[in-house]
Amino acid sequence: MEKFIRHTGVGVPLRRSNVDTDQIIPAVYLKRVTRTGFEDGLFAAWRGDETFVLNQPGFAAGSVLVAGPDFGTGSSREHAVWALKDYGFRAVLSSRFADIFRGNSGKQGLLTGQLNQDDIELIWKALENAPGTKVSVDLDQRVVTCGDIVAPMQVDDYTRWRLMEGLDDIGLTQRHVDAIDDFEAARPSHKPRTLV
Amino acid sequence: MGQTLAEKVWDAHVVRRAEGEPDLLYIDLHLVHEVTSPQAFDGLRLAGRPVRRPDLTLATEDHNTPTLDIDKPIADLTSRTQIETLRRNCQEFGVRIHSLGDVEQGIVHVVGPQLGLTQPGLTVVCGDSHTSTHGAFGALAFGIGTSEVEHVLATQTLPLRPFKTMAINVEGRLKPGVTAKDIILAVIAKIGTGGGQGYVLEYRGEAIRSLSMEARMTICNMSIEAGARAGMIAPDETTFAYIEGRPHAPSGKEWDAALEYWRTLYTDDDAVFDTEVTIDADALEPFVTWGTNPGQGLPLSAAVPDPDTFADESERTAARRALEYMDLQAGTPLRDIAVDTVFIGSCTNGRIEDLRAAAAVVKGRKKADTVRVLVVPGSAKVRLQAEAEGLDKVFTEFGAEWRHAGCSMCLGMNPDQLAPGERSASTSNRNFEGRQGKGGRTHLVSPLVAAATGVRGTLSSPADLEPLDLEPVG
Repeated sequence: MEKFIRHTGVGVPLRRSNVDTDQIIPAVYLKRVTRTGFEDGLFAAWRGDETFVLNQPGFAAGSVLVAGPDFGTGSSREHAVWALKDYGFRAVLSSRFADIFRGNSGKQGLLTGQLNQDDIELIWKALENAPGTKVSVDLDQRVVTCGDIVAPMQVDDYTRWRLMEGLDDIGLTQRHVDAIDDFEAARPSHKPRTLV
Repeated sequence: MGQTLAEKVWDAHVVRRAEGEPDLLYIDLHLVHEVTSPQAFDGLRLAGRPVRRPDLTLATEDHNTPTLDIDKPIADLTSRTQIETLRRNCQEFGVRIHSLGDVEQGIVHVVGPQLGLTQPGLTVVCGDSHTSTHGAFGALAFGIGTSEVEHVLATQTLPLRPFKTMAINVEGRLKPGVTAKDIILAVIAKIGTGGGQGYVLEYRGEAIRSLSMEARMTICNMSIEAGARAGMIAPDETTFAYIEGRPHAPSGKEWDAALEYWRTLYTDDDAVFDTEVTIDADALEPFVTWGTNPGQGLPLSAAVPDPDTFADESERTAARRALEYMDLQAGTPLRDIAVDTVFIGSCTNGRIEDLRAAAAVVKGRKKADTVRVLVVPGSAKVRLQAEAEGLDKVFTEFGAEWRHAGCSMCLGMNPDQLAPGERSASTSNRNFEGRQGKGGRTHLVSPLVAAATGVRGTLSSPADLEPLDLEPVG
């Protein structure tokens, strides 16, 4: 998993609250067999609307999503995180995230940074006044910068550590590979094997 | 203080334990199928990770596979893609696979035990909630999600927090015509679909000890329908006799060593369960569900319940909604409910013993004209065994369709589905809305009740059938 220490990219104002995972990616995209290529499913229901923020040239190349409160509610589908990452987002900022979505994101290298709603509003205005404006997300310092706006960002210590180290669940376990090796060496030989 | 069976197996698999962190648990056997594995393999590919232990991994095709024309290309594109993806992934990562048409193909939870891979004291996982089936051997077996599938493929371990333990004591003896399916439906009706949440259930008592391995698998299989993470039964001579001589059973000195270990796998007398529940086997009757979750069940002799009689408000609401979906009137005797389809199969009741039991009921009889009867063996081997015993003839002479192995109408991912409004008596495990096809209505039953229902056309037990002139009914 790619390490996340700080990132600067075009901010995308998503002025909607309660964006659930069905809106992030509809169920029809769940039939696929890959882990990548979900960018076309991201916000699929809104992408046909030419006024939708991602359809505006200034925002199309965005990598920092600045969302309304209660982002990522609903189904536990990990595809929601895949879709955001596949589109090119590295961070989502909101005043409140759904727990499962936040957990899924942390495991897959997508930063979910919690900001005060007042700061979100300020950043929205700055981005809307000048599409293409960049937002800097500094996980090390836990601070978000956009023009003159400097906003503190909440990320729990454990998630911050994992993201800065670039450790997904498997990476975390593999730090203990010696313990796994030792355990395997002591396994009884009568245990079954599928390959003979 | 002594330990429960579940705690013994858990402790024997802890790779790493640290304060405040989940235990890292070693996985002995990882079963894989086409629906929950594609993204896991793709995740490995993206990260450049291999499968750590292909020799502890086995794949089979089951959820999507057709039960007719299995030598032709699969018509449904999504199904075909998932199957073809599994085949490619297994080839790329060196995982053994039993594909459609292979003699060892079948439902993953039928194939593992049949090969002798499922053994006492193992940890077994699969991206499928009915992995609890394997607990019948005294294994700690549970379903996992796709991310966890990837985690096990990469590391052969899982970080897990310990489960609580619940004893389900089934005391006494079953009456003739009452089966393992009736026990587990009664258990779920008693503790509720959420009653087992966070628990490993251990089924104990005289009635459990007297069951065959197939019957024990039926019970453990449906532990998840009570919300439990896993179900277990302590291994005994019945277990050892079932395993001995199977392709992957230990042999010679390894058998002796294994047996010595397996005999330590029981709950100590002074162990304490977090919760205990007792069921009186003598009082059980054939059980059927009337609603849309597996906890909404009653003895066949009962009538459709009146939702207003439920004490709990959420249960009242659920019952009202269920009766509406099921198109049933309170007070209707369950025996008067006519079905359109009888499905005999699934990882719950698709084993040879289940087919034998159903065949014994229908032998020499004709199915009701109004009913379609589908018999789907749990594995290709079960199908072959049944054919060797002439059961296929018994079923086809009865008027049933004799199909190839797979999950089939249990979840309708293949063409075997109920049409909207159709009603089934099904030996499977879930009666959720739309589970067997959009708008389909499911009554969960044992193989004996399914067979008798096929004869009369309404929910029935073998005791309801007119005696045959020539042969006794099993």
